[in-house]
Amino acid sequence: MQPHYLLGGFLVLLLTVPQIASEFHVTLLNYIGLYSIVAIGLVLLTGIGGLTSFGQAAFVGLGGYTTAYLTTATNLPAWAAFLGGAPWMGLLAGIVITALVALLLGLLTLRLSGHYLPLGTIAWSISLYFLFGNLEFLGGHTGITGIPALTVFGLVMMDGRNFFYVIWAVVLIAVWLTVNLLDSREGRAIRALKGGVVMAEAMGVDTARSKVVIFLIAALFGCVSGWLYAHLQRFVNPTPFSINMSIEYLFMAVLGGAAHVWGALIGAGVITILKQWLQDWLPRLLGASGNFEMIVFGVLLIYVLQRARDGIWPILARLVPQPVVVRAVPQAEPLPRKLPPDKGLVLLDARKVVKRFGGLVANNNMNLTVKSGEIMALIGPNGAGKSTMFNCLSGVDQATEGEVLFAGRDVTRLDSREIARLGMSRTFQHVRLLGTMSVLENAAIGAHLRGSKGVLPAMLHLERGEEARLLAEAARQVERVGLKDAMFEPAGSLALGQQRTLEIARAMCADPCLLLLDEPAAGLRYLEKQALAELLRKLRGEGVGILLVEHDMDFVMGLADRVVVMEFGEKIAEGLPEEVQRNPAVIEAYLGGVE
Amino acid sequence: MNIEIALLLGQDGLTNGAIYALLSVALVLVFAVTRVIYIPQGEFVAFGALTLASFQVGKTPGTLWLLIGAGVVVALVDLSSALRSGQRRHIPRIVGWNLAYPAVVAGVIHLFTPAELPLLAQIVLSLALVVPLGPMTYRLAYQPLAEASVLVLLIVSVAVHLALVGLGLLFFGAEGSRTPAFSEGSLSVGSLTVSGQTLWVLGASLTLIVVLALFFERTIYGKALRATAMNRTGARLMGISTVMAGKLSFLLASLIGALSGILIAPITTIYYDTGFLIGLKGFVGAIVGALSSYPLAAAGALLVGLLEAFSSFWASAFKEVIVFTLIIPVLVWLSLTTRHVEEEE
Repeated sequence: MQPHYLLGGFLVLLLTVPQIASEFHVTLLNYIGLYSIVAIGLVLLTGIGGLTSFGQAAFVGLGGYTTAYLTTATNLPAWAAFLGGAPWMGLLAGIVITALVALLLGLLTLRLSGHYLPLGTIAWSISLYFLFGNLEFLGGHTGITGIPALTVFGLVMMDGRNFFYVIWAVVLIAVWLTVNLLDSREGRAIRALKGGVVMAEAMGVDTARSKVVIFLIAALFGCVSGWLYAHLQRFVNPTPFSINMSIEYLFMAVLGGAAHVWGALIGAGVITILKQWLQDWLPRLLGASGNFEMIVFGVLLIYVLQRARDGIWPILARLVPQPVVVRAVPQAEPLPRKLPPDKGLVLLDARKVVKRFGGLVANNNMNLTVKSGEIMALIGPNGAGKSTMFNCLSGVDQATEGEVLFAGRDVTRLDSREIARLGMSRTFQHVRLLGTMSVLENAAIGAHLRGSKGVLPAMLHLERGEEARLLAEAARQVERVGLKDAMFEPAGSLALGQQRTLEIARAMCADPCLLLLDEPAAGLRYLEKQALAELLRKLRGEGVGILLVEHDMDFVMGLADRVVVMEFGEKIAEGLPEEVQRNPAVIEAYLGGVE
Repeated sequence: MNIEIALLLGQDGLTNGAIYALLSVALVLVFAVTRVIYIPQGEFVAFGALTLASFQVGKTPGTLWLLIGAGVVVALVDLSSALRSGQRRHIPRIVGWNLAYPAVVAGVIHLFTPAELPLLAQIVLSLALVVPLGPMTYRLAYQPLAEASVLVLLIVSVAVHLALVGLGLLFFGAEGSRTPAFSEGSLSVGSLTVSGQTLWVLGASLTLIVVLALFFERTIYGKALRATAMNRTGARLMGISTVMAGKLSFLLASLIGALSGILIAPITTIYYDTGFLIGLKGFVGAIVGALSSYPLAAAGALLVGLLEAFSSFWASAFKEVIVFTLIIPVLVWLSLTTRHVEEEE
């Protein structure tokens, strides 16, 4: 967040501008505001969620046309008559229609890979454009005129200067809602979409739902912008809702800084002013009339993507000295915990698990049990199939044959999200953290399933109580693994060993009854390993079952209660650490046999 | 509707569908090799058609200036990187393709009056002018971002599309052009008259698809492209240059695009921005093939052509709406049948 005096200055500027600026400039700023609202939605969708849409202008059009039709129609059927005449009813109807369309499009495309959403939205936005232009009751290509003015608190918004305040109030609300959302449990799930889907699912996040949510929010922002547009202009026609405008919205978001909410305002401002300016100059320069600013925009955007993919906002933000914020470690009442399972209860029972990748058998006939309050180690040479086994157990991948029972239930065909819900949590051999998020926030993703407040409370910041408890829990676990000093650093700045311990903290945030740790000690120094061993013993004492893949034999043998040894995808030995160490098959697997 | 109208519409649909099929094959190719969703493909359709039309009315097409300009920029970028990395042996090739070649094309246009040349020569000249723009576009817009995500590449595609449409307007103006048919003759089968141009389109499309199939099956470059499409890293480890693969796929795509434009120009009036919609219909076909299957993409594109022809008869104002809504059931089908694992950045 930027210093407060900048925000204050911006607000003062917004309040005074309509009083001093010329009609022309107020109109320009009104448009910048309208575009900003759409661009904020795209920042959420594209910059943060890693999805994109070329249909935003069509959503703007839905908002605009719905209110235009309802406020001007004279022959509404009786059942819809209550919607007629009033702009606020037009907004309500627009929101409902937009939400339905966005939900349908989202559900259709978001299960497919990322590029089907933009392609689907291109097609939908072209369809809608031609539909607007050809439907008689929407006025065809001439559009709808005579839309009534908006009335806010009894004030009729007849001219642009009044409307300015309405538009910019909506812009600020949109910024506030979006910033709030990103700083919440749901927001962390959304931020995990770009580059952390497998991890997020393993922490119990429904990533498909998060995608639909941000698509819906972006569409609704578009709809609201269109509603404002219709009542500002007092007429609508298909042109401003064409695919070209959708593309311009995307440019605004990318140019401003696709991952920064405030960047949307910068992008909208730069593109709008630049367009105005280019439309004046280019035709004179080229001696022909036409939308030649497209050429400049196209080239400019390619340049920005090649040279400064994060857009203008981060460059501007660097010019402002960042205030030193002393952040307090979150404190709150602890979250409720699950009752620990009885000691010695079989938590995990894998029976005859087979995993094939085409012709390659990565796991063959693997049997494995983990009881509560014990540390079970899975060891074996590189390529023995340990990580594959982990993936089959945790639902990241599915076993080809055999069955996996967890907490008394058959989880063989469940996905990782559902298994996480049953109380299994894991770390990854190849660290899966979100590098730009803080250590604390990364850990808090692990606590996702321990919160329940949804998107709407998050946007309005009505979930602060729960959020504080989640963050306090994350802070406790971060502290427990010894990363207290780095709590507010970006996770990407940690050394690899620390990143591994952060993964453990994240897994512990879920309050699991079974913990799957994939090479937790790799990259740790001696003292850190001892501390880790101490921590795992303590968890064991609390009744947590731990399944551990590890290469460091000293670490394993001093810690594990039982050991399973794998080679070439099969179990070759199982037993107490001392037994396994004496087992000739194990010695042969590790040291090579004597011919 | 009677059988004659149906046959007529079917013929229309098949002709356009063949063009869409060519484009969809090119789109699948580019996506498979470079992960680029090639929105600007349509602009090459327009450039091909309008360049030929310019030649025929005795004007110098603006695409010549684009070729020269893009060539100079590519040469500057490539020369500076060659000099910095000390790879001087590349210099003759860079100068040859990016500076000398456009100069030769300009010289040919200057020496011969293209309007008086036979049609075939005009077509070859148009292709010689437009096709190299494909790899140049790859070099300037995509190559520096070759490892970026599909999303970033897609946004680049849209930017390139916008820039090229704007340039198209600058070069060719807002008026559309239609070129004369390749041959006057037509073929009568019973009551059905098949126009000569339809035969040209179908014949050329079939030939091109066969040639492409042979190229992919029989030549080392074709195999290199297939290898890159399957596994970029693996292909690179085997010594296949991904830059070469990218440029080659863009070369083929722009060849297919420009040729499609030239084939369709006698059938429909082409404006500077017509290509976009034509290209997108190719995309609908490509999506039917899930952006990965060539035969399915081509079949989907033929379906698009037929659907378009018949809907223009029944509800001509809603032709585009119907065609682009076709994508919805396709997406439903795809989303029900594929289990997808998200690409991690």
